[in-house]
Amino acid sequence: MGQKITIEPVTRVEGHGKVTIHIDNDGKVNQTRLHIVEFRGFERFVQGRPYWEAPVLVQRLCGICPVSHHLAAAKALDVIVGAGTGQGLTPTGEKMRRLMHYGQIFQSHSLHFFHLASPDLLFGIDSNPLTRNIIGVALANKDLAVQGVMMRKFGQEIIEATAGKKIHGTGAIPGGINKHLSAGDKEKFLNGKDPMNIDNMISWAQDALEFFKDYHTKNKAIIDQFIDFPSSYLSLVRKDGALDLYHGVLRAVDTDGKIILHDVDYQNYLKYIDEEVRSWSYMKFPYLKEMGKSAGWYTVGPLARMNTAEFIDTPLAQKEFELFKSYNNGKPSNKPMHMHWARLIEILHSAEKMKELLNDNDLLEGELVTKGTKKNEGIGLIEAPRGTLFHHYKINDSDQITMCNLIVSTTNNNQPMNEAVNQVAVREMNDQKEISEGMMNAVEVAIRAYDPCLSCATHALGQMPLEITLVDHKNKIIDKKRNR
Amino acid sequence: MKKILVYGYGNPGRQDDGLGVLLAEKIGDWAKKNNYARIHTDTNYQLNIEDAYELNNYNAVIFADASVEEIDTFLFEPLKPDFKTNFSMHSVSPAFILGLCQEMYKDFPDTFLLHIKGFEWEFMEEISEKAVKNLDLALEFLTAFLESLLKKNS
Repeated sequence: MGQKITIEPVTRVEGHGKVTIHIDNDGKVNQTRLHIVEFRGFERFVQGRPYWEAPVLVQRLCGICPVSHHLAAAKALDVIVGAGTGQGLTPTGEKMRRLMHYGQIFQSHSLHFFHLASPDLLFGIDSNPLTRNIIGVALANKDLAVQGVMMRKFGQEIIEATAGKKIHGTGAIPGGINKHLSAGDKEKFLNGKDPMNIDNMISWAQDALEFFKDYHTKNKAIIDQFIDFPSSYLSLVRKDGALDLYHGVLRAVDTDGKIILHDVDYQNYLKYIDEEVRSWSYMKFPYLKEMGKSAGWYTVGPLARMNTAEFIDTPLAQKEFELFKSYNNGKPSNKPMHMHWARLIEILHSAEKMKELLNDNDLLEGELVTKGTKKNEGIGLIEAPRGTLFHHYKINDSDQITMCNLIVSTTNNNQPMNEAVNQVAVREMNDQKEISEGMMNAVEVAIRAYDPCLSCATHALGQMPLEITLVDHKNKIIDKKRNR
Repeated sequence: MKKILVYGYGNPGRQDDGLGVLLAEKIGDWAKKNNYARIHTDTNYQLNIEDAYELNNYNAVIFADASVEEIDTFLFEPLKPDFKTNFSMHSVSPAFILGLCQEMYKDFPDTFLLHIKGFEWEFMEEISEKAVKNLDLALEFLTAFLESLLKKNS
């Protein structure tokens, strides 16, 4: 009997994702789909609002990466107020935003590694899910858990110092920033009491990398063979090819590293990128127009950035980048579990960048805002923790937003996440009559590598159960399990 | 000096999801007006692992959040560490935070959870009329509770 197995929602993945695995009459997986309910209503919600409200309004989209939306919207509005497309801001304006962004990357990646990835690495993919979390990590390796908590806290404090507050920060405004860094905050972040200072954060970032590399040496099967499939990769890179998480030109490479999108100005992204709608998913599937719908999909995020960049402009991260590239013979890594490695290199890079910026006096003084000739359209891209984030706005003569288009990082990773789930499902679930916890988690581990954010800003108590539904070929539910 | 934290969390940009944040802000104003220096407040979109560190600095903590559960107006209950909570990727439950605090620091404060019943969750900053009534009731209860705590620990 053919049957459909549904895992809903995916635990430890924000929002309500659902995995459906169709098994045919012979017990073989014949189709796998990751369904994500993407909330598109926001693009309509902002229509009619004054454009300068957008950087604050967009933070309502998501309680997970509000800073990324805040900055991407501000970058789009820089174009509208005539402040240029990335290079036009004052030194203070750009550097304050960069510090905010590196704080966001640092805390978000730290959360993912210590809270989500390290439990899988420490305890194994098929271990008890009730202990496979950061409390389990604290029991097994207290130092690692404490480091994760304090690194998150450090990043959050950087955000608060630059954005103004934790909720609905107002730091980035069209054309710049609305405040300097205080001398007190600079001193606190540079020379605060251990462990809360930037040198210690750099040291912990290195420790985390060593932890991962040690694990990798002992567990090559999981990191190198758990998932492996060809993909193209897309990200911003600096004009000279360096990794740049805040600004750059759009570059895509194919699975062998050949450049297939040649460092284009993202103001023209619609010339190069389109989104496909598929009947079974609310979330669109972006692709490179030149390669077509079926071959043009790409991966974004930390792994993509390691695969598109030629070098990193901070010394410690560059050393780790060289190791990463060397391990992959100078070619792109097509192994999604290497995303964890890439994420750790970016944690180190962000810490080094924060130190560089904290020592820059432009943060303490100087002009905050640039203005120029107003335009009625602007596009802002940023490398958010989970990958390239697109914000596109048009305004009318009354300064009201008339059009908003967002392509969020998780949408960019829609097809690769489906590819990853399918590969794991075929391997783990063919000829299996029962779905074990370990097998279910293998699917989730594949998805978690991408750190998807499923636009779930509302989190009121009483939500987020785990529900598993088994449906036969006649769509009759034959089993349903709920795990709270 | 013993310190008390009222921690409201939720997204004020999603109507009643901001109930916890609004309650914490009102408690902050009330504490300031009454010179209750031992009462501190904090707010955030959602709880996360770094909050375990914050908890360690207080003797009593009250978490406040909006609720979709079947309760009348609000519910106030003591909280115990929960190691078994099935949590989502980017936010965690108050009980989980308490559990993490216990594991990291071998201690945790007296902790309570105040659920306030909400009704509307759209992209608006305005709390619904029905939820405002629940907020007022919760506020009245919590101010009385905090005053009793202050007296008890004075």
